[in-house]
Amino acid sequence: MIYLMRRLATFPLVLLGVSILVFVAIRMVPGDSITAMLGTEAGLLTPAQRDSLAAYFGIDQPWFVQYWRWIGGILYGNFGISVTYGRPVLDVILERFPLTLELALLSMIIALAVGMPAGIYAATHSEKPSDLGVRIVAMIGQSTPSFVLGLLIIYTLSAGFGVLPAMGEFAPLWQDPLRNLSQLILPAITLGFAFAASVTRISRSAMLDVLSDDYVRTARSKGASARSVIWRHALPNALIPVVTLSGIEFGYLLGGAVIVEQIYALPGLGRMVLDAILQRDYALVQGAVLFIAFNFMIVNLLVDLAYVGLDPRIRLGEQ
Amino acid sequence: MTPLLSVRDLHVGFGRDPQANEVVRGISFDLADGETLAIVGESGSGKSVTALSINRLIDFGGGRITGGAMKLKRADGSLFDLTSAAEPQLRGIRGAEIGMIFQEPMTSLNPVLTIGSQIEESFRLHRGLTGRQATAAAKDALDRVRIPDAARRLKYTPNQLSGGMLQRVMIAIALACNPRLLIADEPTTALDVTVQAQIMALLAELKRETGMSVIFITHDIGLVAGIADKVMVMQNGQAVEQGELNQILDRPRHPYTQHLLQDVPHFARGGATRADGQRDKDPHAEPALKVDGLVVRFPLKSNFFSRATGAVHAVDGVDFDLMPGETLAIVGESGSGKSTTAKAVLGLVRSTRGSFSVGARKASAERSAKPVQMVFQNPYASLNPRLAIESILAEPVIANGGRVDTETRAKMASLLERVGLPRNSLERYPHEFSGGQRQRLCIARALMLNPSVVVLDEAVSALDVSVQAKVLELLVELQREFGLAYLFISHDIAVVERIAHRIAVIYAGQIVEIGDAASVLSKPKHSYTKKLIAAVPTIDRRREHFEIDTRQVPSLVRPQGFEPAPALWERFGSDHMARVEA
Repeated sequence: MIYLMRRLATFPLVLLGVSILVFVAIRMVPGDSITAMLGTEAGLLTPAQRDSLAAYFGIDQPWFVQYWRWIGGILYGNFGISVTYGRPVLDVILERFPLTLELALLSMIIALAVGMPAGIYAATHSEKPSDLGVRIVAMIGQSTPSFVLGLLIIYTLSAGFGVLPAMGEFAPLWQDPLRNLSQLILPAITLGFAFAASVTRISRSAMLDVLSDDYVRTARSKGASARSVIWRHALPNALIPVVTLSGIEFGYLLGGAVIVEQIYALPGLGRMVLDAILQRDYALVQGAVLFIAFNFMIVNLLVDLAYVGLDPRIRLGEQ
Repeated sequence: MTPLLSVRDLHVGFGRDPQANEVVRGISFDLADGETLAIVGESGSGKSVTALSINRLIDFGGGRITGGAMKLKRADGSLFDLTSAAEPQLRGIRGAEIGMIFQEPMTSLNPVLTIGSQIEESFRLHRGLTGRQATAAAKDALDRVRIPDAARRLKYTPNQLSGGMLQRVMIAIALACNPRLLIADEPTTALDVTVQAQIMALLAELKRETGMSVIFITHDIGLVAGIADKVMVMQNGQAVEQGELNQILDRPRHPYTQHLLQDVPHFARGGATRADGQRDKDPHAEPALKVDGLVVRFPLKSNFFSRATGAVHAVDGVDFDLMPGETLAIVGESGSGKSTTAKAVLGLVRSTRGSFSVGARKASAERSAKPVQMVFQNPYASLNPRLAIESILAEPVIANGGRVDTETRAKMASLLERVGLPRNSLERYPHEFSGGQRQRLCIARALMLNPSVVVLDEAVSALDVSVQAKVLELLVELQREFGLAYLFISHDIAVVERIAHRIAVIYAGQIVEIGDAASVLSKPKHSYTKKLIAAVPTIDRRREHFEIDTRQVPSLVRPQGFEPAPALWERFGSDHMARVEA
């Protein structure tokens, strides 16, 4: 409990660092929101019009004043107004986030459901043809770019079966679960395939390590069956690397998956951030990056807590 | 009468072509009910492979039985063919009729499961017990191996217990279903000598209670005397000699058995100490190393920002001096502070208090002077595998600001020759050498800077017994030749007896007894020294009964600011004193 509070206490420090970085970085990109918004029309603005627009958006102030105002607002839960959407940044993000979270969860479920059994199977059949087969598929999975796989899936379905992925207006899970799943299942498979490949490789190598440990030999000397040796004795000891990898991948997916969202026309966080950068929508980029960083930290914390559950030797917060 | 286990012409091989890579080449023996067979041999002799072949665990280690027959008499009197049995049948034998314990109790138990559930598993597999019944059976099993407070300990995970306790848990698991054969593969090698005595006593007592047969595998022929009825000596996959215990120990016929019995260090109660002590010859000589009031404490903090709440008193007020040409052995068990003392002398850990002086120079407490060099325990881990021997030997010279010139090269060559390695070793890499040769390399490396003191931290512990003897011989020769002073850290009393002039016994961070080797070993005064020496197995003590004692080593954690009471010493003779016990 004390450990948890100490960990949470470090969050504001990290977020402060992230906020400075993103604030500076986005301002190093040439151009400003007015030009980005109005395009060629911006050239037609009189200097006075331009100044008043800049004053309206607050970008006429020196950068530290802008930063101060932004941070000050955040303390009151105000992340600013998105220039492109004309709405509060937090609203825009929270509207997009459920899709991204759902997609990340689905991908992880697919990855674990496919990757762990495949990895365990390969480890217990090590150096046999079936092991080699699993390793080759995993290698292909890791090295295939998601746009190739995504387009391949769409092409196969439409050309081969005449089925088109459910496009059109995105339906949130709580409004139309069936339609929602039919929209998300293909993107989730696309993302989950590479994810599953990593899980396969790491669970295979972790299992191989563990299977040669002394306590596995002890279990066998007791007369334990092959299944009990694998599931009861070896697997719990091989889970830590799998959890570590899954945590990192999952945290990464929570930041949005630009390419897959683009291919399947999904309104996720990834495309939103990309558009915001292109539009120089400073407030939205800054808010989104802070949000993503916060999620990543939460996931990391959960991973660390999971270690404690998995291995009694790990005690958090001790030196 | 049919023997419990009969092994005929067993051959075991490894790899893709097991016939060509045989590790066990034609072993035969019979084991009667209630009998104990000791299999003695050095690493690579095939003794562990033989053991693992009996319950066919060798199948999982990449081994194959390539020939021979093994028959086990089952509880119902039928004969079971172990060589040809299929895996499901073997599972009914393992744990139920053949129990096994291993060398490393620390790694042989599953770290994520409670010891209770690991014991219960045996009852579940072979007795069909579940729930309460299984828990009750597990508690009885722990009681049987004399683990105090068994009901509570069932909920512990292995990291919460000491090595000796864990080995008891292993024994509890192996004996859970009353197997009629117990295979013990070096069960005490990883344990301290007093803990070893405890485990041996326990095994002997359980054997009496249950009437089981035991196959006891060890590299230590001294340990055999206490437990075996029959002995089989193995070398290079073959049994070079086997017979009754007394016959093997008293009238060995094979030269290898004779070598194991005679050339290898065996404890002789102070009767085999060195006679070339320097101490009396020149009373005014300057010590090569003098340590005064050495204290090493590691503060305990609950987190990085908070203040220390206590400290681990790893070394608590250690004084000694070491003359040129003399060996002082620091003897103690794991956790006693002996290695920390060595590291402090080398400046590898910061000492909290105390001073050292090396030779005439006074060194600061933070950093020892260069004349102290070190040889570590594990020759496999203490040589960088990517460096050629030449670079390894050049390392201390370079680290000390020197250059590798013709003089350095000449020194390398002569030292290599001196430690008994071929001159062309310089271009070779560590993996091309055996364990004993690597330890010789480590010794040569330590001598590159002409040290006056060499700290040898368990320097021969990782070596096979016959290699041990040769390295000890080399150390003695080098000591005479260069007038080296050795600080010899060891847990092995038999080895210490061969090399030490003086012995300091360290317990819970403090020296409890110090003096000349012969008198400390033959007339120990402090109760801990007595206990330590009584625990050393010797070939003369046949079937001796050890008392079971479950006392634990005291905790070294003390509250902040704690200072131990000043030591009171009682003198016995000119060079022998012991701490007065409260």
